Amino acid sequence: MKSWHAVVAIILLPIIIGLAVFAYASTQHVPVFDPQGSVGAHEKDLILFTLALSTVVVIPVFLMLGIFAWRYRDTNHKAAYTPDAEGNRWLELLWWGIPIAIIAVLSVVTWVSTHALDPNKPLESTVKPLNVQVVALQWRWLFIYPEQRIASVNELVIPAGTPVNFRITADGPMSALWIPSLGTQVYAMTGMSSKLSLIADHTGTFRGSNSNISGTGYSDMYFNVKALPSRQDFDSWVKAFNDRPKHEHLDLDQYLTFAKPTHDKSVQYLHLHDVSLYDEIVSKYAHSDSGHHSSKHEGHEE
Amino acid sequence: MFGRLTLDALPHDPVTIGGVAGGTVGLLIIIAAMTYFKKWGWLWREWLTSLDPKKIGVMYIVVAVIMLLRGLADVAMLRAQQAIFATSPNSPISPDLFQQVFSAHGTIMIFFVAMGVIFGLINLIVPLQIGARDVAFPLLNSISFWLFVAGMVLMNVSLGLGEFSAAGWLAYPPLSELAYSPGTGVDYWIWSLQIAGVGSLLSGVNFLITIFLMRRKGMTLMKMPIFVWSVVTSMVLVIFAFPILTATLAMLGLDRLLGMHFFTADMGGNPMMYVNLIWAWGHPEVYILVLPAFGVFSEIVPVFSRKKLFGYTSMVLALIAIMILSFTVWLHHFFTMGAGANVNAFFGIMTMVIAVPTGVKVFNWIFTMFRGRVSFQTPMLWFMAFVATFTIGGVTGVLMAVPGIDFVVHNSLFLVAHFHNMIIGGVLFGAFAAYAYWFPKFTGFRLHEGLGKVAFWCWLVGFLVAFLPLYALGFMGAVRRMDHYDASLGWQGLFIAAGVGVLIILLGVFFQVVQLAYSVWKRKELAVGPDPWGGRTLEWATSTPIAEYNFATLDAVHDRDAYWTVKKAHEKLSAQYYDIHVPNNSGYGALIGAAALGVGFALIWHIWWLAGVSMIALIALVISSTQRTDVEHVITAREVALTEKRLRGKRA
Amino acid sequence: MKDAVEEKFLFNKTTIGFWLYLMTDCILFASLFATFAVLRHATAGGPSGSQIFEMPLVMAETIILLTSSFTCGLALVALKARKITQMVVALASTYILGAAFLTIEISEFAKLIGEGNGPAHSAFLSAFFTLVGTHGLHIFMGLLWLLVLVAMLMRRGITSKWVRQMTLFALFWHFLDLVWIFIFTVVYLMGVAK
Repeated sequence: MKSWHAVVAIILLPIIIGLAVFAYASTQHVPVFDPQGSVGAHEKDLILFTLALSTVVVIPVFLMLGIFAWRYRDTNHKAAYTPDAEGNRWLELLWWGIPIAIIAVLSVVTWVSTHALDPNKPLESTVKPLNVQVVALQWRWLFIYPEQRIASVNELVIPAGTPVNFRITADGPMSALWIPSLGTQVYAMTGMSSKLSLIADHTGTFRGSNSNISGTGYSDMYFNVKALPSRQDFDSWVKAFNDRPKHEHLDLDQYLTFAKPTHDKSVQYLHLHDVSLYDEIVSKYAHSDSGHHSSKHEGHEE
Repeated sequence: MFGRLTLDALPHDPVTIGGVAGGTVGLLIIIAAMTYFKKWGWLWREWLTSLDPKKIGVMYIVVAVIMLLRGLADVAMLRAQQAIFATSPNSPISPDLFQQVFSAHGTIMIFFVAMGVIFGLINLIVPLQIGARDVAFPLLNSISFWLFVAGMVLMNVSLGLGEFSAAGWLAYPPLSELAYSPGTGVDYWIWSLQIAGVGSLLSGVNFLITIFLMRRKGMTLMKMPIFVWSVVTSMVLVIFAFPILTATLAMLGLDRLLGMHFFTADMGGNPMMYVNLIWAWGHPEVYILVLPAFGVFSEIVPVFSRKKLFGYTSMVLALIAIMILSFTVWLHHFFTMGAGANVNAFFGIMTMVIAVPTGVKVFNWIFTMFRGRVSFQTPMLWFMAFVATFTIGGVTGVLMAVPGIDFVVHNSLFLVAHFHNMIIGGVLFGAFAAYAYWFPKFTGFRLHEGLGKVAFWCWLVGFLVAFLPLYALGFMGAVRRMDHYDASLGWQGLFIAAGVGVLIILLGVFFQVVQLAYSVWKRKELAVGPDPWGGRTLEWATSTPIAEYNFATLDAVHDRDAYWTVKKAHEKLSAQYYDIHVPNNSGYGALIGAAALGVGFALIWHIWWLAGVSMIALIALVISSTQRTDVEHVITAREVALTEKRLRGKRA
Repeated sequence: MKDAVEEKFLFNKTTIGFWLYLMTDCILFASLFATFAVLRHATAGGPSGSQIFEMPLVMAETIILLTSSFTCGLALVALKARKITQMVVALASTYILGAAFLTIEISEFAKLIGEGNGPAHSAFLSAFFTLVGTHGLHIFMGLLWLLVLVAMLMRRGITSKWVRQMTLFALFWHFLDLVWIFIFTVVYLMGVAK
């Protein structure tokens, strides 16, 4: 193998294998690139923008790597040879400068987008948001609709077009709630209540899962999000459920048995008896004292 | 009597039993062979008790290679599970075992492979490049090595006795607390890292002092070889970061040992504090590993381009910039923990800023080839592959530095792909380049070039096939550390590809083993002189094999490429020899390591008497080691002259 | 002549190495301080600092440790002046004061544990015991070092190695004093102030 074969191969291999992966993946469902809500859409745009910006550096790097390696190969005696050149101030200034300029642009984008996408901030909308409280257990998800007095397990029903304001906690190891089709994920932690605001713009069923290891049942902690076409559909779903005979209840006592570690993956819907259940779950880990923990309960310190 | 150590601690499941049985048989064969050939005395005198950094360096690398093989065996299991068994209900690997294996994989690869390789390399190269005969504290160096070994042994004991942590390589609480991990696994993790970590910390102090105080006359800071500069920045990071690890592990250990509540979910404990602390160590740790790899490439590119390094000053500034910035970015590991937008944006921007000095380094390397005479031997191939893969890793790193992007890929396989991109493409490729480059210096023969290239192509292709699919899987919603998933998700194809990639990598490893064996066999044909590549720095000025004292004479250095200038000017090294003091062997390192191992083992299994005895032994050994009187011996000027004649005469 | 040069060189190496070690120790303590600061109000229904700290005892500890640092300094002065007897007396005082400090600290700990306020009682107490205890452990190590120094002195007299070790010990002891000042301020004074 001639040396320039190696040079070309090293530069082409990542591109070829990358394209092959890309080609295969595009035949599959890729939720991050097929966002179903405004948060995810914003994040997808950010990915594409940053990728595009980085090509300003990546393409020259690959080109120069290939061209210089080929042109200045030791068998090419026609090429110039300056063994004692130590550098070039202007060139070096150039490549301190260009990345700084790119990062400066990206910093502005980062600053703005980070504030726009801040999960602590509720989505702006004219529609009244739906409140959902989420408890990550070992190893299932409990979703509480305090206003609708419903608790669901391993399935989340929401109306499309309505912002959903989540409050998220854990009653077990640290977990994380991630619905790739909708966007941002957030950690769920004991004694704390993380905030997250998402919206589904379309009807559909989206997969959500736990993205932080929490014990042996971790891989089973996935669930479906069902986005109903409209708020009316959601309200009638709520009404239909509440009209059913109230055989399965959830209050604090039942919760204590319910929260024990289990590999039970079944979907359940329960009538919520105890509207303050979520707050009780959060505060049971924070029975300290002196009020200094208030910051721990609600959001986090800046 | 034995704390919580009972017969139940022996392995139960067939996979572990197989692994333990295999390991034990291998160990027994080695022991039997050593005994049969009566090599124990030789091993003890020539290697285990040696304070010669060249030998300690080799031992570090031997340990690291053995651990690399274990880490690869682990990952073969993980990928086999994800590619083949993940969608079937009857997997030979239980979720618990799977989690232990990936926790072990991460821990081993970072602490016992990457750290071992880096410290091995530093031991081998730094004293030679600064023109010194030794390190600042030879015994301390040996103690560091043995603490590293003790940590490694302790971590591997968990295979056969008890279990390993199933809480990931950084053991986030509260999962790693007693409430959710009551077994011995997390304790193994804590104490093996604690012991090895103290060793790393001591090494950091040792090498900084060595570099600052033992450089050859005339070698000012800005005339140091760039690899030495990279080690300076790396060791500064060690000194600043490892005490944080020590404190953090100690606190988690106290939670588990004495029921304290630093990071528990209840009683006021604060798991988020742990996450902050562990990353305040963990992020610099990444740079501790990768900066010396940068240094390696900065040595290799000029030599194989037969040209000076482009922009030495910029390279040094970039190293220092990265060193400082690496302490200002730890929060980017948990943007999704709910910090406010200002905090997230600040840490995101700081993270991107690191891309600037890193980019400068890449451009300077590439421009070192500009108007050079580039020859493509294996070290240079590793460099080319490093730039290509590291650039991809850099882009995905910048992507994740934007909090808004991290929000949607954090803890997915995208993240896993990114950091493997940096650590394999950066640290490991750097280590392989260094291996091919410096091997002949220490052995007198080259590694077989053809087999090396085969191994190289396997690694590069295998790496790309193993990790590029993971980026896609991340976008497809696949989270990390998952032992099974539903077939309908369409992930299996890419997992199979990733598994094939691992197989290709394993093939690369196979060819590396073959290459080494073949090169040793054909060492006569592959024999080379002391300076096979046309080296520029002082290590190439020594004889090969290198004398115990490294340099017979300590001629002053005039230039950055100290040896290159000497060669160009046809300067003769001075031949006026003096007596040389070299350190005596010492068994203290091995004994202190053994005592530390005893302490760790006892604390894991709650064997209090053993903990007490080992602790007292440890303290007594440390005190007694400071009271040694026969610290060094003299090699007389006459002996030096004879040795020089013998080593250099052959090939004058 | 060559020996003297080499000796000076060695001296530098060890001293600077020790400074570096002290810096790593600083970072270790900084991590514990940071954790304490975060957890100081996490009393989980248990007592707070102001309810358990006995300031007169803590004041006594502080004065004892400061005095021991002073006597340690005196020992160094005496060593420079080659007044061996004075030096030994000063070192003995340092040891006794250090031991007294440790005794008070251990009895304080024992009392707290006896009252049911041990380190497993709350995050605050865990952080308190660990931070103060780590300092105490350093004092214990210092006392051990002092004993070794005395043993070395009795065996071989004042050698250059001994002088070096003695200087480093003094450095260590002053460092522990400094850490204690921080503990005294951050843990105790600010603890009772609330």
